[in-house]
Amino acid sequence: MSQDLSTNIAQARRWYWQRLSAMVLAICVLIHLAVMIYAVQGGLSAAEILGRTQGNWGFALLYTVFVIAAAVHIPPGLSNIAVEWWRWTETSAVNFARLFGLLVLLSGLRAVYAVVVP
Amino acid sequence: MQKNLSVKVWRGKQSGAFSDYLVPRHESQTVLDVVTYIQRHLEPTLSYRFACRVGMCGSCAMTVNGQARWTCRTHVAKVAMNNQLEISPLANLPVIKDLATDMSVFFDKWAQAKGQFKGSTTRHEPFAKVLPESVERRAANAGIECIGCGVCYASCDVVNWRPQYLGPAALNRAWTLVNDERDINQTERLRAVAGDAGCHVCHTQGSCSERCPKKLSPTTSIAGLKRASARAAVRGKL
Repeated sequence: MSQDLSTNIAQARRWYWQRLSAMVLAICVLIHLAVMIYAVQGGLSAAEILGRTQGNWGFALLYTVFVIAAAVHIPPGLSNIAVEWWRWTETSAVNFARLFGLLVLLSGLRAVYAVVVP
Repeated sequence: MQKNLSVKVWRGKQSGAFSDYLVPRHESQTVLDVVTYIQRHLEPTLSYRFACRVGMCGSCAMTVNGQARWTCRTHVAKVAMNNQLEISPLANLPVIKDLATDMSVFFDKWAQAKGQFKGSTTRHEPFAKVLPESVERRAANAGIECIGCGVCYASCDVVNWRPQYLGPAALNRAWTLVNDERDINQTERLRAVAGDAGCHVCHTQGSCSERCPKKLSPTTSIAGLKRASARAAVRGKL
């Protein structure tokens, strides 16, 4: 990592990425909840869910955006927790949080792939 | 109203212990009245700080029953629990002795946050005309009545977690100057208040605004600094 993670500009950037991703997440969560409340009325089974999602590129796009926004949103907050509660240094906290964000991204995209691709 | 009030007062420095006192109860008695009574009649060596007694100078803040408060304007009737008071120095600051804390770090951080006004004109030039109804002037107005009592600083969890954090009062001061159209130190100030010692580590919990005796909202000021410095960062000016 060539850039200094604790500079003011890096902090300001992390903050606005967190805020932008929060806005995206808010929209995704609302759509997710609305679909869920509508869909659950007919009962909830794996077959029914997969019947709705498989081959549906609209859902694929929505949840891909959802996963990316979550992966962007989590690291700044997690690194703050690591610094303030676990007393880690700024650099190791940010690197750890980014790795965790990557894990969220990969496992999230894998889950989207699993429910969309027939 | 009971005849006497049972009061525990912190004696010592960073380490020390509470001492117990019985103080006669009066109508409209303030916590500062109680401390003053103890020093004048029961414990002459008790150290504490006050000046104006009318909520202007910001000297007399202490922790009263677990919460930071300005003691000169805090009525005993409002805060006593089971006719008891526990009075200790402000949190997040080094204790000099008893109820007096060392405020130097607190005020040094105002300077670090570029809390000084820097204009471009001299006294020989005409006054700047600032429209009272402009957005900036109103934002500055909202934060300008700070008396520097340190209640917000003592109530902030982030100050406790990150000792380098500038804290609500210093950032609130910086925000009033960010909104001062005469000031020419803006970029330098935004650099000083951004980052992991500045506005970006605020969790927006709002303890500062909740406890501010002047009912200011440092939380709002800090949110303004976050927006201003994010804009500056996007433009590559930070």
